[in-house]
Amino acid sequence: MEMRPLLAILVSLGAAVLILLTGERHRNLRELWSIGAAVAKFALVLSLLGPVLRGETVECTVLRLYPGLDLCLRVDRLGLLFALTASLLWVLTSVYSIGYMRSLGYGEQTRYYACFALAMSSTLGIAFAANLLTFYLFYELLSVSTYPLVAHLQSPEAIRAGRKYLAYTLGSGTVLLGAIALTQRLAGTLDFRAGGFLQGSAPPEVLRALLLAYMIGCGTKAAIMPLHSWLPSAMVAPTPVSALLHAVAVVKAGVFGCLRVLGFVFGPQLLRQLGATVPLGIACGATILVASAFALAADNLKRRLAFSTISQLSYIVLGAVILSPDALRGAVLHLPFHAFMKITLFFCAGAIYAETHRENVSQLDGIGRRMPLTMGAFAIGSFGMVGIPPVCGYLSKWFLCLGAAEGSLPSLCIYLSSALLNAAYFLPIVYAAFFREGGQETREASALMVGPLLVAAAGTLALGIFPNALGVMELAGGIVREVLP
Amino acid sequence: MSCPASPWPALVVVMPLSAAFLCFVLGQRWRGTPLLISLLATALCCVGSLEILRELAASGPISYRLGGWRPPWGIEYRIDGLNAFMLLLISSVGMLATLYSARNVPLEVPGGVPHYYALHLLLIAGLLGMSITGDVFNLYVFLEISSLAAYALIASAGGRGLRASFNYIVMGTVAACFYLLGVGYLYAVTGSLNMADLAGLLPPLRHSPVVVIALAFLLTGLAIKVALVPLHAWLPDAYAYAPSSASVLIASLMGKVGLYAMMRLLFSVFPALLGSLPVLPLLCGLGGCAVIVGSVLALAQMDFKRMLACSSISQVGYIVLGVGLANDRALTGALLHVLNHAVMKGALFMAAGAIIQMTGQRDVRRFGRLHHRMPLTATVVLLGALSMIGIPPTCGFFSKWYLLLGSLEAGSWASAGVILLSSLLNAIYFFRVIERSLMAGGEPGGRSEAPLSMLLPMAVLGAAILLLGIFNQAIVAALLAPALRLAPWR
Repeated sequence: MEMRPLLAILVSLGAAVLILLTGERHRNLRELWSIGAAVAKFALVLSLLGPVLRGETVECTVLRLYPGLDLCLRVDRLGLLFALTASLLWVLTSVYSIGYMRSLGYGEQTRYYACFALAMSSTLGIAFAANLLTFYLFYELLSVSTYPLVAHLQSPEAIRAGRKYLAYTLGSGTVLLGAIALTQRLAGTLDFRAGGFLQGSAPPEVLRALLLAYMIGCGTKAAIMPLHSWLPSAMVAPTPVSALLHAVAVVKAGVFGCLRVLGFVFGPQLLRQLGATVPLGIACGATILVASAFALAADNLKRRLAFSTISQLSYIVLGAVILSPDALRGAVLHLPFHAFMKITLFFCAGAIYAETHRENVSQLDGIGRRMPLTMGAFAIGSFGMVGIPPVCGYLSKWFLCLGAAEGSLPSLCIYLSSALLNAAYFLPIVYAAFFREGGQETREASALMVGPLLVAAAGTLALGIFPNALGVMELAGGIVREVLP
Repeated sequence: MSCPASPWPALVVVMPLSAAFLCFVLGQRWRGTPLLISLLATALCCVGSLEILRELAASGPISYRLGGWRPPWGIEYRIDGLNAFMLLLISSVGMLATLYSARNVPLEVPGGVPHYYALHLLLIAGLLGMSITGDVFNLYVFLEISSLAAYALIASAGGRGLRASFNYIVMGTVAACFYLLGVGYLYAVTGSLNMADLAGLLPPLRHSPVVVIALAFLLTGLAIKVALVPLHAWLPDAYAYAPSSASVLIASLMGKVGLYAMMRLLFSVFPALLGSLPVLPLLCGLGGCAVIVGSVLALAQMDFKRMLACSSISQVGYIVLGVGLANDRALTGALLHVLNHAVMKGALFMAAGAIIQMTGQRDVRRFGRLHHRMPLTATVVLLGALSMIGIPPTCGFFSKWYLLLGSLEAGSWASAGVILLSSLLNAIYFFRVIERSLMAGGEPGGRSEAPLSMLLPMAVLGAAILLLGIFNQAIVAALLAPALRLAPWR
């Protein structure tokens, strides 16, 4: 039995324990556990790329949880894509975290690194889950392990944000549990199957209600409106946490869940039969536009990035809902592409805050001259968000628009208008940073922050120029073939 | 059916009874003997329960006749999968509670240590006796033994414990009277007190009003004992103001044994009536109400022990709901929850006692920086809280999963909704505790972790919360499936 999927999950679990035991007194050793686990995790996930591209099934049944339901890990193309994104970006975030937390002198760092490691274990568990119960197990663990990260600063605002976060994630988790129990009752199985397995198991009204429950369950983490409100509030967390929440772990887990439900539980045929694509499309389209409007209005940089994320996540779900091959390809590609771009942007925001304590867009005039590397990376990330080649964002948007042109013209309009709105709220920042006067003397943030930020920006360029780096294009193609034959 | 020469069925009850007496007598003279005797007695009870389980697995249900007298006049101890499971649960939690009490009792009940341990052992003996007996009147006797011990244990805390104990005495005696009346009616109509015998004699009498009243009275008495809504008012104070080690024992075990007695009566003695009377739907309804009422009550509590006590009302509701739904999955869920709740609540009450002892704080709002002051205790609180909310892979999730599937199988959307809603309510008041203990600032202070004698049982139960969840299938297959096979209602 293939142990690598399980090992990939356990390596950060072990790191979490070691981090708790090492404590604040041996900080460098503690940080070593984080980085070591991140590298080991990425190496393990990368080693699975070859077998999956060759079409082999990598499966690992850990133990029986219930008659007919095992804690089972299966590495398929979609799961591997998510896992590669998550594990690679954790390596960058671990290094960045060290720079950020030490630069700002935050307390409770042991709790921080331990919860980070746990959150990453849960994320890989979600990626590799072979059935809905395993998925749910790691999904709830993710909610619980990220709570201390959101409320980390322990200020009244942070505690409030933490409570809101819990209310949304645990509430949606409960709805998800109900949906999963009902699925078990109706279909007798919870295993993910490309193309879905719920056909014919219940009357359409029941299936529609079930789909709604699933979309509430997964859509809350994916910040689909009106369940998005936790995300801007969670910006009170330290920036590496926001980078993690918004690029890698929580929100992408929500989107991943939506993709699993749409493609591997219900399936395109059933979705068409139920007539679900239109209501879902409306919800996603509204999210894209309304979130962009909020982003335009936000002066706090992290808040602007939060709303941008809400908007971009619905790109992915809308692409999946359109049910055309190109749109799905674009949606699946946007998962890693957006992750890289957003994490670049957040790293920049954090570096600026750590060095100058400036949080608002209006305070960023002229900062590009003082922090050219940071703002250069920010510029690259912004171009990618708008869809300007060669930053990778253009590629996923291209496919999304192509698929929308085939499947759903309103979606095409939404994508195009959203691109304009993106330009409206990102490009002025870049302009002001480089071409306006202002700002006091300041220099680049510590190398521990600038390094990962540059690597992430380079990653967005690399993915744009070589989209099959890490097998991304091939994996995406395979996923489309599986779900939409 | 085997009549073994093995004395374990009798010993399991006799040992704690005699040990109680020894504790009291020897403890007057030599300090330290009560604890040792109690540990020894409970350890031997564990051994006995394991032996009984082994014998059960080898040769099927066991019948032990006290004194060799033949039923229905002699008292018979009847052991099948269900009570073997209960015996093991009671002895192991009892042993852990005894270990826990080592440093706690001298502090909370100064000067009364021998009395305390005598009562502690009497309570355990009563609970074991209630579980093992096959005679309805004998069950009453042990019910009273355990109840009287519990009243005295709660009162030994003094202060508010006296008032709480008094309320409990009144309600508990009413309960016992109901139960005794029920037994009386049964005896009047059938002339027998033996459960197996009654099961045979009752079917032709199932429409007799006397028998129906007997069932109603028996269930009412037991419902008061387990604090099933709306008869729950005595519970919060009784659990909260007892000495901490007594709370552990009472909260984890007393309700469970009452629920066992309910299950035993419903499914082994009265199955013939279940078809014609709306007993099971009534239990479903009351269980559902209990789940919500308990959670709502707990939301309002700021005293940690009181919050845990109100939460217990809710958890009893889950088990009764599972019994009321009466299908395979629901009953598995109910039995699993008996085990899981004993472990979770035991761990949480142990942690509560440790926190009160080391920091003097009972109020949840003042638990700041617990993870620095008492890291291991805070971990146990975290695990217990997550399990009560139902986060996998802790054990609490799996009993809820079974109950959820059982509700869906029975077509009861209301029950499913209640279970899900209560998870959210539990999350509110338990995350309040987690937030306070892990996230809040508080008095600076060094480590003041609980002593080893308290940490060790806490750690065992904390580990059990995770292990019983991860390996729940092993438990279900080994312990619960045989327990459910007694079902003549299928």
